[in-house]
Amino acid sequence: MAATPAAPPRKPKTLAFLCRRSPWGSGHAAEMLEAALIAGAFDQEVHLAFLDDGVFQLVAGQRPDLLGRRALDQGFGELADLDVEHVWVERESLAERGLEADRLLLRATVLDRRAMAELLARMDAVFSA
Amino acid sequence: MKFAILVTEAPFGGQAAATALAFAGAAMARGHEIERVFFYCDGVHNANRLAAPPGGEANLVRDWSKLGAERGLDLVVCINAGGRRGLREANLAPGFRISGLGQLVEAVILADRLVPFGA
Repeated sequence: MAATPAAPPRKPKTLAFLCRRSPWGSGHAAEMLEAALIAGAFDQEVHLAFLDDGVFQLVAGQRPDLLGRRALDQGFGELADLDVEHVWVERESLAERGLEADRLLLRATVLDRRAMAELLARMDAVFSA
Repeated sequence: MKFAILVTEAPFGGQAAATALAFAGAAMARGHEIERVFFYCDGVHNANRLAAPPGGEANLVRDWSKLGAERGLDLVVCINAGGRRGLREANLAPGFRISGLGQLVEAVILADRLVPFGA
């Protein structure tokens, strides 16, 4: 008797996490990063996208300890370990805030606004908060 | 259609949680399935049974519990986000349960669509 074929493995989903708030004015930056890191542990295709004021999360040399807050660096460092390899930052958001892509504390691929929209449009799910 | 719902805004002070509740009820009334409702960030306040709005005002905590009981809705509160905001078993409203972020990711994997509520 032929063995019952195993169910085909579910195709990994494309999940995008939007970081669009400044790092310390609210808890959004920390909690969005936390969620993306958990998703990375589920063998899905996880994308992290920085736009609007979220690009301020990537500015090097911040001292959140002075605010009693924990730096995001540790979480950023864990992204690669958890296979979150797709990190994007929007060109216009950087330019509007006078930031330069080559001085960010996380290696991110720069996309213009149109390309960012196209990327998000092909995601299975977009997490925003 | 099978939906996963993410709620990231508190029940009072914004419209998102009320809209999420209305969406969940309407979707099920139209024969859709809700894989899970996950409460994250300030959304965890939707599960605080100590909420006691003045008479005549909406009580979303009670309404979530009611919808959960009536329709067997899986209402899950993030343990980390809840802990940060004083939401724990002791003040958890009926029908909610506390678990980890993995429950959000799993719901999205199992559902056809994620619908997030909260700016």
